[in-house]
Amino acid sequence: MSISAPLSSGISAEAVRRRLHGQRFDLPGIVVHVALLLSLLFSLVVLGVLVYDLVSGGWDVFASRFASFLSGTMRFAASESGIAQALRGTLWIGVFVVALAFPFGIGAAVYLEEYAPDNRLTRVIDINIRNLAGVPSIVYGILGFAVFVKTLSGLTGGRSVIAGGITLAILVLPVVIITAAEAIRAVPDDLRQGGYGLGATRWEVTRTQVLPYAAPGILTGTVLSLARALGEAAPLILVGAVVGRLGSNPGLFDIGSLDQRFTALPIVITYWAGLPQPDFRALTAAAIVVVLAIVLAANAAAILMRNRYESKRG
Amino acid sequence: MSRPRGTTVPTHETVAAVSTRPDLRRGDEGEGAGSKPLVFGVEDVSVYYGGFRAVRNVDLAIGQQEITAFIGPSGCGKTTMLRCFNRMNDLIPSARIEGTISYHGVNLYEDGVNPVEVRRRIGMVFQKPNPFPKSIYDNIAYGPRIARLDGDMDELVEQALRRAALWDEVKDRLKDLAMGLSGGQQQRLCIARALAVDPEVILMDEPCSALDPIATGRIEDLMEEIKSSYTIIIVTHNMQQAARVSDRCAFFTAEVNETSDTRTGILVEFDRTEKMFSNPADERTENYVTGRFG
Amino acid sequence: MAQLITSQPGPGLTSADLRGDPRRMRKETVVRGLLFAAAATSIIISGLIVYSLVRETWTFVSQVDWALVWGDGWFPRRGQYDIKTLLVGSLIVTVVGLAVAGPIGLGAGIYLSEYASARVRKVIKPTIEVLAGVPSVVVGFFALTFISPEIIQRFREATPQQTMAAAGIGVAILIIPLVASISEDAMRSVPRSLREASYGLGARKVTTVGKVVLPAAVSGLVAAFIVAFSRAIGETMVVFIAAGKSGGSLFETNPLEPGLTMTAAMASIASGTDSVVGEALTFQSLFFVGAILFVITLALNIVADRFVRRVRERY
Ligand SMILES: Nc1ncnc2c1ncn2[C@@H]1O[C@H](COP(=O)(O)OP(=O)(O)OP(=O)(O)O)[C@@H](O)[C@H]1O
Ligand SMILES: [Mg+2]
Repeated sequence: MSISAPLSSGISAEAVRRRLHGQRFDLPGIVVHVALLLSLLFSLVVLGVLVYDLVSGGWDVFASRFASFLSGTMRFAASESGIAQALRGTLWIGVFVVALAFPFGIGAAVYLEEYAPDNRLTRVIDINIRNLAGVPSIVYGILGFAVFVKTLSGLTGGRSVIAGGITLAILVLPVVIITAAEAIRAVPDDLRQGGYGLGATRWEVTRTQVLPYAAPGILTGTVLSLARALGEAAPLILVGAVVGRLGSNPGLFDIGSLDQRFTALPIVITYWAGLPQPDFRALTAAAIVVVLAIVLAANAAAILMRNRYESKRG
Repeated sequence: MSRPRGTTVPTHETVAAVSTRPDLRRGDEGEGAGSKPLVFGVEDVSVYYGGFRAVRNVDLAIGQQEITAFIGPSGCGKTTMLRCFNRMNDLIPSARIEGTISYHGVNLYEDGVNPVEVRRRIGMVFQKPNPFPKSIYDNIAYGPRIARLDGDMDELVEQALRRAALWDEVKDRLKDLAMGLSGGQQQRLCIARALAVDPEVILMDEPCSALDPIATGRIEDLMEEIKSSYTIIIVTHNMQQAARVSDRCAFFTAEVNETSDTRTGILVEFDRTEKMFSNPADERTENYVTGRFG
Repeated sequence: MAQLITSQPGPGLTSADLRGDPRRMRKETVVRGLLFAAAATSIIISGLIVYSLVRETWTFVSQVDWALVWGDGWFPRRGQYDIKTLLVGSLIVTVVGLAVAGPIGLGAGIYLSEYASARVRKVIKPTIEVLAGVPSVVVGFFALTFISPEIIQRFREATPQQTMAAAGIGVAILIIPLVASISEDAMRSVPRSLREASYGLGARKVTTVGKVVLPAAVSGLVAAFIVAFSRAIGETMVVFIAAGKSGGSLFETNPLEPGLTMTAAMASIASGTDSVVGEALTFQSLFFVGAILFVITLALNIVADRFVRRVRERY
């Protein structure tokens, strides 16, 4: 306290303090801050309202006939309809995405990050992948229709879940590549150098050092892509998923009928959402809750997993 | 564990015989019969990164079971030069080498030579300890496994750790993650990891620069110990270290190019370490080792 | 016997000794080939997209009566292919979407990058990312059954339930996370030193953000908007469910009326009866619209990429 007295100038400590504290009330600052915060919270509110609205809309269906809703087929009467065929289609689409998009996507990412020479071809591939990621999903539907429904109908059976599954695998492939490449890029170079220094080949370094380290990041990206594929409808409409009542109902694991016509959860939602009868509203909401449960659970798991690893590794 | 060995005409070149340039010829006091067989012969090597020449016209001779130190100011190309000996520079797409480096008479850069095999025989220890995110055991076993060396892995791991003077400290926690070790222990682990693939040469790039003096001392002791079985090249910024551990010393510096604003590394002097530190032939060496420069 | 016999390859080492295990090397070559094939697949996919679009588009373009392509409305089953109906429909939905998502997404991005504490970020960012994962059919249904009756019809009762505005707001919900994350990235890449220079001059936070950070990040923000535009114009299901007019539409410029976009027009041709009836070119018109959409989004993405690159080069 002894030195707080002014030395020579006539300014009192109180005056200095007042100046340093400045204006207490920064109105524009506060207004902007609040506006920004509100726009941030908007997403949360929307998500909350959306989930609440749909869960409450579909609740009756779950409460009154959960099992028959899951195991039922598509009927004229809402009270008898169920999503068994849609679940089957969605399951098989998931299988195709996992079986095709994951290995091809991770393989391409490994090539681009670990192997590719810095030449023209590599740059073309790189730019091409980023452009593919921006192509609207319905255009992939056109690809699926022209190639897998028409040209290769002998292999796919035409408008089948095979054609739909391959199309969605292609749709998410660029995203799988981009996220996997990002995860691989984050692997510290020390590890690679250590491996090479001991006489490991490129593939040995990749398999034993790079991929294990990048695995959580790659897994996050792949799960997010899978979730995206399971929620897609537009390409499936083009590929000929049945937007209407589907008669056949083969078993979940009946591989022999994979070349038959099919439907999937997002397609059933689209169809029911367009029906005028109010009973189908509740049914649509219930189907949406099922799809949201699958997709959001996958999303949340992937995001949490990534955040955990990020904070662990600093 | 045996490895196929060629049976061509033995050529007992010696280090003293290789260089014709007077400034590179080994000091002649007391050498003669004692000169070691030659492991590496470096002739007129220049290294480029794209269009940039990082080092030029280097001639060197590395003797067997000796410790050779590379010293010189930052950016003069010591690391660049070192990484040529096990073709680590192949991993940098822009890097290119001119001249020849022969290893027991075989040009390391000739067609048919496989960098992977070269690196197995010529191990490397890095500036920052870089243990793999695996157990201590798996770190050591990594090299032998990929090289498909057969035999009792437990025994091999133990021997490698013993050679690196780390066994007693870690024998009870071989399954623990290597990252739990101290920095000095990690670096000795990296040395043990390199020894486990049974190399002949070990390249060390400032292996102690991330360590405290005590850990540094232990690594220096270790080098002294294993030198009877291995040929070692070490890059260091630490004059005392170079003077303490090395048999021979190569002093590099960077010269500014007149035409462009770039710097290219050159080898100034290469001689026995005592000579380099007591009676260097070149003024620049003297300035550097006495701390007047760099 | 595993022993570290330090086998010194004395004189007599030959280049054959440095060749390495041929089996390992062969494996390396095979793996490299496979990985390259995986990467090259992306080129094949691009080729297939173009191949799929070009053939039928060519049939359409070469056979159609062009007076019908710039006419009174989009009724493909009756042979009326007025493309401006679809272009304007797409534009209206996209503009509504961006008008809502632009400010909100940008605001969220600014808050996350400049204001949020680490704790807030940690909770809110994942939530926004989860919103990004909501399938578009779900948002479409939400727009139809919630946004339209609970919001739009409250303001103007006479509005039909299916409108381009409702679809536009639905599209906005889908692209807010995108705008937020790209603009946040753009602002985070503005170097600290710039902000400190501003604070060092005694500027307040609002001033620093508005006068220093935003201008410095402008390339990235532009990129965010272009990417969002591209996403919005390619969005199908929200519009298909919430904007009405699936069969065909007259030229319509009022957002509070039902309308048809390029994407919804394609989906309704495809989801119609199995054998497309009506004019012979109905089926081909789908490809024609698809080709236009593809070219538009491709151009937008290329431009956006330029802007993103500019950010990277600068810092
Ligand atoms: N990967 C690379 N690409 C381009 N230039 C490089 C690369 N690595 C090194 N250089 C350049 O080559 C020159 C020599 O670098 P080098 O790392 O060999 O020096 P050094 O003597 O090891 O330095 P230090 O003592 O700091 O480790 C420097 O000018 C450096 O900038
Ligand atoms: Mg160096």
